[in-house]
Amino acid sequence: MADPLLKVRDLKIEATAYPPGEPPQDITIVEGVSFALEKGRVLGLIGESGAGKSTIGLSAMAYGRGGVRITGGEVWVNGRDVLKLGTAGLRRLRGAEVSYVAQSAAAAFNPARKIMDQVIEATIIHGRASRQAAHARAVALFSKLSLPEPETFGDRYPHQVSGGQLQRAMTALALCPEPELVIFDEPTTALDVTTQIDVLAAIKDAIRDTGVAALYITHDLAVVAQVSDDIMVLQGGHQVEYGTAEQIINAPREDYTRALVSVRSIRHEEKQPGGDPVLEVSNVTARYKGTKFDVLHDVSVALDAGQTLAVVGESGSGKSTLARVITGLLPPAHGQIAFAGRRLSPDLAGRTRDDLREVQMIYQMADVAMNPRQTVGTIIGRPLQFYFGHRGAEKRRRVTELLEKIELGTGYIDRYPAELSGGQKQRVCIARALAAEPRMIICDEVTSALDPLVADGILKLLLDLQKIENVAYLFITHDLATVRAIADSIAVMYQGRVVRYGTKSQVLSPPFDDYTDLLLSSVPEMKLGWLEEVIAHRKMESAGH
Amino acid sequence: MHPVVKLVVQRVALGLLLLLAASVLIFAGTMILPGDVAQSILGQSATPEALANLRAELGLNEPPVTRYFNWLFGVLQGDLGTALTNGQDIATSMGRRLSNTLFLAFWAAVVAVPLAIFLGLLSVLYRDRWPDKLISAVSLASISIPEFLIGYVLMYFVAVQLGWFSTVAMINDSMSVLEKLNAIALPVAVLTLVVLAHMMRMTRAAILNVMQSAYIETAELKGLSAFRVIFRHAFPNAIAPVVNVVMLNLAYLVVGVVVIEVVFVYPGMGQYLVDHVSKRDVPVVQACGLVFAAVYIGLNMVADIVAILANPRLRHPK
Repeated sequence: MADPLLKVRDLKIEATAYPPGEPPQDITIVEGVSFALEKGRVLGLIGESGAGKSTIGLSAMAYGRGGVRITGGEVWVNGRDVLKLGTAGLRRLRGAEVSYVAQSAAAAFNPARKIMDQVIEATIIHGRASRQAAHARAVALFSKLSLPEPETFGDRYPHQVSGGQLQRAMTALALCPEPELVIFDEPTTALDVTTQIDVLAAIKDAIRDTGVAALYITHDLAVVAQVSDDIMVLQGGHQVEYGTAEQIINAPREDYTRALVSVRSIRHEEKQPGGDPVLEVSNVTARYKGTKFDVLHDVSVALDAGQTLAVVGESGSGKSTLARVITGLLPPAHGQIAFAGRRLSPDLAGRTRDDLREVQMIYQMADVAMNPRQTVGTIIGRPLQFYFGHRGAEKRRRVTELLEKIELGTGYIDRYPAELSGGQKQRVCIARALAAEPRMIICDEVTSALDPLVADGILKLLLDLQKIENVAYLFITHDLATVRAIADSIAVMYQGRVVRYGTKSQVLSPPFDDYTDLLLSSVPEMKLGWLEEVIAHRKMESAGH
Repeated sequence: MHPVVKLVVQRVALGLLLLLAASVLIFAGTMILPGDVAQSILGQSATPEALANLRAELGLNEPPVTRYFNWLFGVLQGDLGTALTNGQDIATSMGRRLSNTLFLAFWAAVVAVPLAIFLGLLSVLYRDRWPDKLISAVSLASISIPEFLIGYVLMYFVAVQLGWFSTVAMINDSMSVLEKLNAIALPVAVLTLVVLAHMMRMTRAAILNVMQSAYIETAELKGLSAFRVIFRHAFPNAIAPVVNVVMLNLAYLVVGVVVIEVVFVYPGMGQYLVDHVSKRDVPVVQACGLVFAAVYIGLNMVADIVAILANPRLRHPK
């Protein structure tokens, strides 16, 4: 049998860490990883952040991101060890034999140059086709990836097309030089579920039609199950399990893999609305200053004390704007907001300190929601001092209590945010919100930036705290699995309107409206062949109509 | 209307408004200068009658607002007034000086701007290696040394020892362009050294900032050469900050070169202004101030417009 296209043996990758106040030290990011990839096959690399997935993927191009060094092992592409190549050899490898699809196409495209120039650049530079031929190839790829107006799509600048289209254009960019291996690095993670499914199907078709081999990197096992022949599970830079997609999904051997497969196992009994609303949003219409269209149209929702209302929708549906209206950051054009029976002033300046205290917020990006120069104790202590006037020993005692509530332990009180992991940071933000003893917390995509297992821990904590503190959550998310796990009632938003609203069981039971149906059926399921089923079903339906 | 046209028109209108405000400030500023123009023209021995006559003749007895508008309408019609000291038309005598200054500034810019940008690109290409350090060290040293000192040092070594160029940069209308260029070679060299560091460092910093972007990684992973990555992918995104600094330095080349003019005895605007300040020739000072303000505002306006045009989001709206 001939050599495989890509053969990685005993890979070791290191980086230099600069801990504050200590001498720099070398840390190992990846160790002892070996795999092989045949022509035309797809290997999924799966793991949480920090597992070394992207680093391993980029090693196939002998590229170390931000000071990362490949220090051991061999990476053979087409029968030569690419770690031994010089600058010129690497240049011939990159963008010609091996190409790369980045996670955020919006950032990976140069804003100053037209899409076509960027898509065909590598093909021309490496002499793999003439300009005309490359252009024709790009147009064919645009068409295959179902981009609108493939003939003229490339004449646009990146900011003139949508995120999903740009992600497909990135796939065209990678396939244009007709490489033998493409590295897909979380290509659908930044997309809405309804867009993700289209891009995923387009990528899968392109891989099949061109016969290219691919490394598919993602943290979402349900996604990787749809496109991969084989899967490697990684944790902390080590390979945990390596097998066929079928074996990993249906018969995982390792505990860690089993945890990944069964993630989102939280079950939460739905509470019935008890007629004790803490928040009532009535007929709210809002627009941003200086714009001409309404971001929210006639939105009415209510939330009972101690319950959870999930607001679901794609990006741009108005979810976060609703939160801004409720907190007073964006006074509505029409409609009103009642909180615990009293009418809230539409703008922030008109609200009392108690109004402010009773509505707290937790954000998606925990690390930018905290002052990096303040300790955990200062961060959590601030609302205690501001709202209740606690100082000194009393403040410290309360902070300690809160740290125990969020299961972080009192040892963290003098740490800085930079010393915490993503999940720990989010816990500190939860403690800060709780410190104000609010009646309602607005949670804006609080688990979206976290790995699935860590996100599960945060959701469990939020549910436990709800039972103890009787706090209500307005939970904004695009992730339906999260909604299933924690919601009591659900509002589905689309283009600034609430299209479906009711208790969880009502909203998630048929008959569905078109949009909710699309949204629900787009969430990847942890089973092989799911993507084909959905696509086939949708084709049948659109043929039927 | 295309949004870019709208933005550019806004910038131009804002520039004109700013120029008007500057004219008010200049006029008010020269009004509160101590001393009396009539007194300084006629000297200490003038009789009170003579002083009163001259004041009436110069219109100094009119209220300030009237005098401002008379002056402004004169300026709008191209009449900058007459110099008090020698009775010459200011527009004519300043025109010659201004064209000399612009000539010097133009050639200094022609040398300095491409050189600074090229050196900036080179520094990025050899980041933290010896070419980068050498470029930074030399250009920072040259900006730190007072410009008159660089002028005299160059004069001594290049003009006196080597005998290549003349020490005095006198030019007049009878000289050919080549003769003029030969005459201003040394001041151009000094000015280049003075403005180089600022533009070079900004080019370097702006491009290094852009080099952190994800699209630079995309370009590197396409197997492009380092020069192509910097020049085709990074530089187009660094134009706006670079142009800002370039324009500030061009403005300096026009309005701030009085020291160099004195060192090389060059008949430019700076000397002209300083001469007339010392003689309390208020109309000349006002006219010079207005021209300098116009140059500053104009160049910064150009920088703003270039930054607008360099932004694909504004050039090609959705």
